[in-house]
Amino acid sequence: MTRSIKSRCCYALGAASLVMLTSSPLHADSWPEKPVTLIVPWGAGGGTDATARMLSTLLEESFGVPFPVVNRTGGSGVIGHSAIANASPDGYTIGVATLEIGGMHYQGLTDITYQDYSPIGLYNADPVAVFVSSRSDYDSVEDLLSTIRSSEHRELKASGSAQGGVNHIAEAGMLLASDIAADKVAWVPSEGAAPGLQDLAAGGVDFATASMPEGRALMDAGLIKPLVLLNTERSTSSPEVPTFEEETGNDWSFGSWRGLVAPAGVDEEIITTLQAHMSDIVNDPAYLEFMENRGYATQWLEGDEFMEFMQNSDQRIGETLKSLGIVE
Amino acid sequence: MIDNIAGALPLVFNYTTLGVILACALFGLFVGAIPGLSATMATAILVPITFFMDPVPAIAAIVTTAAMAIFASDIPTALLRIPGTAASAAYVNDMNGLAVKGKVGHALGISVFCAAFGGVFGSLVLIFAAPKLALVSLNFTSTEYFWLALLGLTAAVMLGTGSVLKSLLSLGLGLLIATVGLDSTAGYPRFVFGIDAVISGVAFVPALIGMFAIPEIIRTLVHKESTEKAPAHVSVRSLFSGLGSTLYRYKGNALRGSLIGNIVGILPGAGSDIGSWISYAVSKKFSRQPEKYGTGHDEGLVDACSANNSALSGAYVPAMVFGIPGDSITAIVIGVLYAKGLNPGPLVFITKGVEVTAVFITFLVANLLIIPLGLIAIFASRRLLQVDKTLLAPFILIFAIAGSYAIDNTYTGIVIMLVLGLLAYFMEENGLPIAPVILGLVMGPMLESNLITSLIKSDGNMLDFFSRPIAATLGVLTLCIWFVPVILRLVRKTRKTDD
Repeated sequence: MTRSIKSRCCYALGAASLVMLTSSPLHADSWPEKPVTLIVPWGAGGGTDATARMLSTLLEESFGVPFPVVNRTGGSGVIGHSAIANASPDGYTIGVATLEIGGMHYQGLTDITYQDYSPIGLYNADPVAVFVSSRSDYDSVEDLLSTIRSSEHRELKASGSAQGGVNHIAEAGMLLASDIAADKVAWVPSEGAAPGLQDLAAGGVDFATASMPEGRALMDAGLIKPLVLLNTERSTSSPEVPTFEEETGNDWSFGSWRGLVAPAGVDEEIITTLQAHMSDIVNDPAYLEFMENRGYATQWLEGDEFMEFMQNSDQRIGETLKSLGIVE
Repeated sequence: MIDNIAGALPLVFNYTTLGVILACALFGLFVGAIPGLSATMATAILVPITFFMDPVPAIAAIVTTAAMAIFASDIPTALLRIPGTAASAAYVNDMNGLAVKGKVGHALGISVFCAAFGGVFGSLVLIFAAPKLALVSLNFTSTEYFWLALLGLTAAVMLGTGSVLKSLLSLGLGLLIATVGLDSTAGYPRFVFGIDAVISGVAFVPALIGMFAIPEIIRTLVHKESTEKAPAHVSVRSLFSGLGSTLYRYKGNALRGSLIGNIVGILPGAGSDIGSWISYAVSKKFSRQPEKYGTGHDEGLVDACSANNSALSGAYVPAMVFGIPGDSITAIVIGVLYAKGLNPGPLVFITKGVEVTAVFITFLVANLLIIPLGLIAIFASRRLLQVDKTLLAPFILIFAIAGSYAIDNTYTGIVIMLVLGLLAYFMEENGLPIAPVILGLVMGPMLESNLITSLIKSDGNMLDFFSRPIAATLGVLTLCIWFVPVILRLVRKTRKTDD
């Protein structure tokens, strides 16, 4: 008897909460009540996926509900980035946005931009470095730039990413910042940094741009060396590499980044709750150790600062793509 | 090297990896023993499952399944005179001949020990040769890779089963499918027709599941082959009696078979089936009793049974070092390697040395396991051969559908799988081979991007393709393979007309 009363009470409570849920879908106080999907626009096994899975585990520990990672790959990131922006803004779908969100709308692949997101926070940014072969005579970025200045149009070749990819934009931006035409050096497209760097080591191109973690293996093998980091601060993992600003007085900086975002229109309270938990997670020793082992730089920029960061990245990509003639 | 081994051992000898190896061994034995289900299909079905595993067990799963399947295909070859997979087709008369003479135990005993020997031999070659080759290939630029890819495709067409023209046709189709999506250099969408789902190309895993699994499902249902009764079961004594002396007498054959199989495996496009044909032919040519071949003689068996398992491991050499598949199974493995962050190429030996060593160790474990598990399979063979294939077809279809969906959780995968599966069925019914399509699909992007990259570097000057010594050698070799036979034929023709 008591049992049936109890269960009836449970039903009543359940029904009541169901009514409450349907009447106010943005129920920020009790969020999260069910699993929160974490969309990753890149494939399982890649860098973005690895960091997202680490965050998923820590978010689950922190909130007590699962944060399953769903890889929505394809279309050079368009499909996953769109899936996050177009998800229902109920707080139960969030995702990882990456640098590529800044370039794809200029290239006409999608209409979605960083403005279609509610920014949660930036958790990783890896600046691009300029690498040359260990056998080359270049000792500083000034050496390289002066050789480029005195070279013929498209005489020198560089590689490190696809046409218009992150490392190409970094390279072209560096040339523009040094008053050299962005297309003076021929860009040899490669699928990701690894083939480009290997081509550099084998003597196929004159220099290459890539992030420090991407260049690590060939650096350790003694085949390539970094000349400069395209950032305003030196990296903590390789403090011996000078920054572009130190070497040339120019503050051009560029790199890939990863941040947590929600679809635009998500309840502010949910965003604030997520930010509060995330700012603990990014200081978790397990997280820091994981990121360091993988060679990823860690940082944490919330809300408006993250929005400003995305806007800045977007603007730099747009300007460089235009001067390269890749977009109108 | 020592550090790598120390780090690799725990990656292999843990419950998960060993459990995966054992489960896949049983799966491989099952698939191999059922005529008509190929080792390649077993691998294709397995791929989506490996997506949920760590890199080492994922590769171990495929290595073990293939090794076991190639051995187990000898069981129906001996008992039913139907090769379980194409790799046993070369010696079906000898194998069954021995069975008819009442020596079925002897035949399968040779099979199990030679398979293990060939497999271990091939694994050792892989373990020692691949890292050395990787060091050399660190000096390869896009020009060398272009020629290597072209040479690989050329070898695949020349060595494949069936006519060169039909292989070329299939290869062309594979290359065409590979061009769908954003092109790798300029990012221009090709053959996309406004469908977002194929912007990044035709998804590889659904394509290969479809092309390898669907035709087999349709064939089972359409042709309705009746399950044949297996004859007498194999006794333990018949298996081991006289086995030691036979293996000792033909130890040179086992070594020669392993070597030939391995070389054929390393050559792109040709796998264990071609390896066993060639080594059987060589064995017959150099034998003192060639007249006995094909009548239930054991000498050729030693060669060919070693060769087909050795070829399996050999195929991994170009796959790991250059990303060029040695056979259709490694074409699938390359996709798995990429998904697991073990991107094939010389760099993987530096960046992921421990994982690569662990994968090598699983090769040895899997091939040594052939002996105990193979013996169990032989003793259980009567049961195994009574399985009705029409009952299996729905299960394979479920795996194929779930697998194509699971890759990126979209229905597009299922559509691609079904469309290409039907295409593959009609191609095979009309004598067009499927393996070149898959090779084209895997190597198309590599061939194209290295061609375009080299052209950008040389500002369109074709002579730059011959400006570096290794590139020039590979280029001349490829062009010779293309044109020398044609020129020779022309010369012979003109001579004839002169007479």
